[in-house]
Amino acid sequence: MKFGVIVFPGSNCDHDAYHVISKHVGQPVDFIWHRETDLSSYDAVIIPGGFSYGDYLRAGALARFSPVMNSVKEFAAQDKLVLGICNGFQILCEAGLLPGALIRNQELHFVCDHVNVRVESANTPFTHDLKPGSVLRMPIAHAEGNFVCDDATLAELQQTDRIVFRYCDPDGQVTVNANPNGSRDNIAGICSRGRNVMGLMPHPERACEDLLGSSDGREIFRSLAGTLAAAA
Amino acid sequence: MKAKVYVTLKPSVLDPQGKAIKHSVELLGYGGISDIRQGKYFEIAVDGSLGEAQARAEAERMAREVLSNPIIEDFRVEIET
Repeated sequence: MKFGVIVFPGSNCDHDAYHVISKHVGQPVDFIWHRETDLSSYDAVIIPGGFSYGDYLRAGALARFSPVMNSVKEFAAQDKLVLGICNGFQILCEAGLLPGALIRNQELHFVCDHVNVRVESANTPFTHDLKPGSVLRMPIAHAEGNFVCDDATLAELQQTDRIVFRYCDPDGQVTVNANPNGSRDNIAGICSRGRNVMGLMPHPERACEDLLGSSDGREIFRSLAGTLAAAA
Repeated sequence: MKAKVYVTLKPSVLDPQGKAIKHSVELLGYGGISDIRQGKYFEIAVDGSLGEAQARAEAERMAREVLSNPIIEDFRVEIET
């Protein structure tokens, strides 16, 4: 199985993602510059965190016009796996691969902290090894993580089990106080209709070593690698 | 010729920046303000040979495709000849 990490001008979590895939998942991984268009040799691509194009216009808005994004759309249409983390989630929403949008945090601050998220759905290629209701501790670092969508979209996400992670307290209770950015329904991560595209604001790639305060993120990459191994 | 594009958050979308600005303005003593919404404004210099109708059509397409996110924002285009 081969992974690709897409690099836009301004991506800054690309090396963290690369490190996790090569060291913890133990699989081949390439950086893919945003001007490249051939993704045919990859089984999964990660759109990493950062500030692509300086967050000009809207977070993720300009990255979606990079040449690689047309290829990512085709890649996703072939049921291959796409994981967007933080800025990657914003890009996937702007590109229409995930519904909704991520706007300025309700309290306006850039929030840099460890948060707890509850696993809402294990029915994705990224979470099937996780227990629904279990709590993962991962860092967030964003100013635009406030997930918004209209009522119909929220209802669809709920009814089709596509809310993958919700912000919660350490005991797994989804509360207003546990919501770091004002996201609708405490949403921290969602997946596509086909379930092969997932975006989340927390950084699992920065939560893979005990030394960094949490290694809960490893479980997401383990699920992802397990899916690819089973398909191979 | 100039195309002016105004991008505003949809009324249903919360605008925390606008709220903070309103709060500051009120602290300065400005009264009678019921709401402030923050938006974006773009000035696009357009080749005069394009003609007003086509300039408007192009600006609207650009606003829909790039300058706004239709999930959260509305836009309005004005042409200045």
